[in-house]
Amino acid sequence: MASYAHPEVLVSTDWVASHAKDASVRVVEIDVDTKAYDEGHVPGAIAWAWNTQLCDTLVRDILPKAQFEKLMTQSGIGDDATLVMYGDNNNWFAAWAFWQAKIYGHKDVRIMDGGRKKWLAEGRDLETERSAATPSATPYRAGEPDYSIRALLPEVQQVQKSRDAILIDVRSPQEFSGEILAPPGLPETCQRGGHIPGAHSVPWGKACNDDGTFKSAAELQSLYGAVGVGESSHVIAYCRIGERSSHTWFVLKYLLGVKNVENYDGSWTEWGNLVGAPVERGAAVAAHKA
Amino acid sequence: MKARNFSERHVEIAGWQVNVSSYQFGDKWRAKADNVSPGANLARSEADSREAAEEQVLTRARELLSRTKRREV
Repeated sequence: MASYAHPEVLVSTDWVASHAKDASVRVVEIDVDTKAYDEGHVPGAIAWAWNTQLCDTLVRDILPKAQFEKLMTQSGIGDDATLVMYGDNNNWFAAWAFWQAKIYGHKDVRIMDGGRKKWLAEGRDLETERSAATPSATPYRAGEPDYSIRALLPEVQQVQKSRDAILIDVRSPQEFSGEILAPPGLPETCQRGGHIPGAHSVPWGKACNDDGTFKSAAELQSLYGAVGVGESSHVIAYCRIGERSSHTWFVLKYLLGVKNVENYDGSWTEWGNLVGAPVERGAAVAAHKA
Repeated sequence: MKARNFSERHVEIAGWQVNVSSYQFGDKWRAKADNVSPGANLARSEADSREAAEEQVLTRARELLSRTKRREV
């Protein structure tokens, strides 16, 4: 049976229960719903808010290097710490934080397989008081940003024309087709519905089991192989704002070992608002139609 | 304290698949509703029973989902 390309980036809930308070380990919860942490969290875990601490709050961008260094220092995370991320929605924003940590070169980043949901379902201990991080005495030093794992608009525009990379739209089938502009309950932050012409629809959630864990390597190979993804493929994943696609980016790069995978974090809120950008509407014709 | 009696089920509201999960924490019950496929959180609640907590999130989910505009494709 095939195994994950980089199994070292996943930890189980059992592992976290045993190691969350190790001096070399820092567990961070990152949720879509930023109030979830206060309802109870992995004992010892700190929280990062995706909408204030993991992005530039002035310019639309990821966290600038200096702010990432400040966040890590204040969170008591040293350059050689084992950083374990988890969160709700099967680790959407945990994957987003993982992706940014890799852009800034943190070596040992892991995701708790199954996320918050699995921890709750297993009836594990919850702590309700906020864990206070002791800032590191030595300032964290990030590496030079590795933008090889991030796609920006000009590259996506070029790829859309040349079709020399595989574009994967990881949103829901209804967002892909243009039936809705955003998931129900979220603001409609684009002017046009549909998808980037040539993109394949592989909703992010198809990579997960019901308990929130990732599917097996064989199942993932079958899922993404159906749209032509192999180890040597160049893949660009996108969604609405880049968090669901960071989940798919994680799956492709670390679980399947695809060498050249980028997350287009501008995603549909950029493309779907762009004057003159080509848009395709209609349901997916591939095997992954819902 | 531990989370206890976690359960999860899928219901359909206004044509959308909705995931309703709930668990007991101390003497309270907590529930959450999210939209299954996109995964967007719709509502969360806390009440004295599972039924009451779930009804609160289902009510809110109905409000939000009935307002979601579907477009002709």
